Amino acid sequence: MSQALPAAGRAGARRILPALALVLVAMLVLSLVLGAVAVPPDRVLAALMGQGTGRDAVVVLQLRLPRAIMGGATGAALAVAGATLQGLFRNPLADPGLIGVSSGAALAAAVTIVLGGHLTALLPWLQTAWLLPVAAFAGGLVATRVVGAVATRDGVTSAPGMLLAGIAVNAIAMALVGLLVWMSDDRQLRDFTFWTLGSLAGADWPRTALALPLLLVPMLLLPRLALPLNAMMLGEREAGHLGVAVQRIKRQAVVLSALAVGAAVAATGLIGFVGLVVPHLVRLVAGPDQRLVIPGSALLGASLLMGADALARTLAAPAELPVGLLTSAIGGPFFLWLLTRRAR
Amino acid sequence: MRLTTGLALLLWAAAASPAAAATVAEGAAVAPGGRILSLGAAVTEIVFALDSGDRLVGADSSSIYPPDADRLPKVGYVRALGAEGLLSLSPDLVLATEEAGPPAAIEALAAAGVPVARVGEGTSVAAALARISAVGAAIGKDVPATTLRAGIERDLATLAAAMAAAAPARPRVMFVLSAGRGGPMVAGTGTAADSMITLAGGANAIDGYAGYKPLAPEAAATAEPEVILTTTQALESLGGADALLDRPEIAATPAGRARRLLAFDAAYLLGFGPRMAQAATDLARALHPGLALPDLASAPGAP
Repeated sequence: MSQALPAAGRAGARRILPALALVLVAMLVLSLVLGAVAVPPDRVLAALMGQGTGRDAVVVLQLRLPRAIMGGATGAALAVAGATLQGLFRNPLADPGLIGVSSGAALAAAVTIVLGGHLTALLPWLQTAWLLPVAAFAGGLVATRVVGAVATRDGVTSAPGMLLAGIAVNAIAMALVGLLVWMSDDRQLRDFTFWTLGSLAGADWPRTALALPLLLVPMLLLPRLALPLNAMMLGEREAGHLGVAVQRIKRQAVVLSALAVGAAVAATGLIGFVGLVVPHLVRLVAGPDQRLVIPGSALLGASLLMGADALARTLAAPAELPVGLLTSAIGGPFFLWLLTRRAR
Repeated sequence: MRLTTGLALLLWAAAASPAAAATVAEGAAVAPGGRILSLGAAVTEIVFALDSGDRLVGADSSSIYPPDADRLPKVGYVRALGAEGLLSLSPDLVLATEEAGPPAAIEALAAAGVPVARVGEGTSVAAALARISAVGAAIGKDVPATTLRAGIERDLATLAAAMAAAAPARPRVMFVLSAGRGGPMVAGTGTAADSMITLAGGANAIDGYAGYKPLAPEAAATAEPEVILTTTQALESLGGADALLDRPEIAATPAGRARRLLAFDAAYLLGFGPRMAQAATDLARALHPGLALPDLASAPGAP
């Protein structure tokens, strides 16, 4: 991490991190100012300084601020995990779903939504409101563990093996989700459908405080893998010759990514696009150096989800749109625009 | 740098979105208990039946009856609400079914000092009557609520007495909620349709499972329904009565051969709201065409 960046980077590459940091600040301001309740910017500021009146204070401090923080942390975690896994698998189509974490979490969420009534009848001390995120987090990690175990022979994890095992685990999880959907009633089916579209509506301070460490720890540790991941772009054997502890790096990358994505999915449901495309957006501008791609993805992922949530809260006010729709609706055209620019 | 230009454009588009204009001015001074936000179709219909529909400032997306309810500002799906959207309507009271959520959104209302009254959502007569009392108490309409309850109880007693006197055969009724690629979704036990069929002097042809399930052709043949019951909404989406009766699972049943199909408005038939006695009587008349059932004294009117 201590090496200076190569001087002959792509044009603009070195300025991307400060630029993205500015965008993040702008999105934070936007998500504190925009909302269904009209609060003028000066009163938003007063509320942030602790001088807001009753409702301003509730709206800004209890509703918008935790959502902005949760949205930012979730977006960053998803994007960083996506960048890491794309680097690890040397596959531009890798997204966090490939290591089973999303489908494992989805299966656990479906179990909780459809069978949660039976569970809480047996074990009354279970709190349904907390059961879903905890189960989703655990389900994501278990699925990733299975994928990792299947792909590991004699202490060596094969990256293509993980991709294939991931496909199999995803198929099994989705079959079980289908079974649960078949068993579900109308309401449970709607609940599950909305969960798969993602929402930050449940982000209050207690839930944000619970999710934040799980999102932040992998996000702070993954950039340390940037240099070894750069070396592994040459191929795993070549990276080994360069002195990279390939197996250890692979293991850390997968575990930390699964933690980050598991926590993100638990906190917000399934949010598409961020993990797959945000790293590409950064790479299109900054080039393939993971030392720029990983932190850049964190900043852009956070900005995208914060901005998308600000729109999700306001476009259909007083109703809310699922934020997963907006990440794709905003990010998709922007990605196309960048692609056409590069093609010229 | 063109990236920052693009992102600035994105930011501008976000800031200039019509959402800023869609917000509601706050601070309208209304006496406590004045402005009501209703979360749940069952609750909304009761508020209207208690002549308080003009106090509603918003409702969830399922609140579409009576027609005035459909014109209220809508806060979205009752299980995926946003706290700020609810607050933007400046309610003095929120009436919510127990299913309304997520919990964080409902908790935030309390934090903002808005009282929330939770109301049960059961689809039985007892639950429906309790719901009317609860809504009446929350909006200061106890007496009209008691009157409304008494009328429904009297009408249901009239219906039950007429059925007991005539003691007709109970036709086997199969309720079809919808019919997609996976076969018709059919009501088992513990559903609103099951309760309604029983009230109307029919027997649910399906008693092997609870809730709604896609019907297998063999199961349809075993159930031997004499009448197919469905909603007008389901028939519309299917493209008419023939489309349902001609389905292989249905065509082979006694009901399919006799082409005996009944359809009612979904909220009317299954809502267990203020019109439930009327709906049960309508269904009873349709199930027992030879039977003379007395007119209801207090029916708030069919759809």
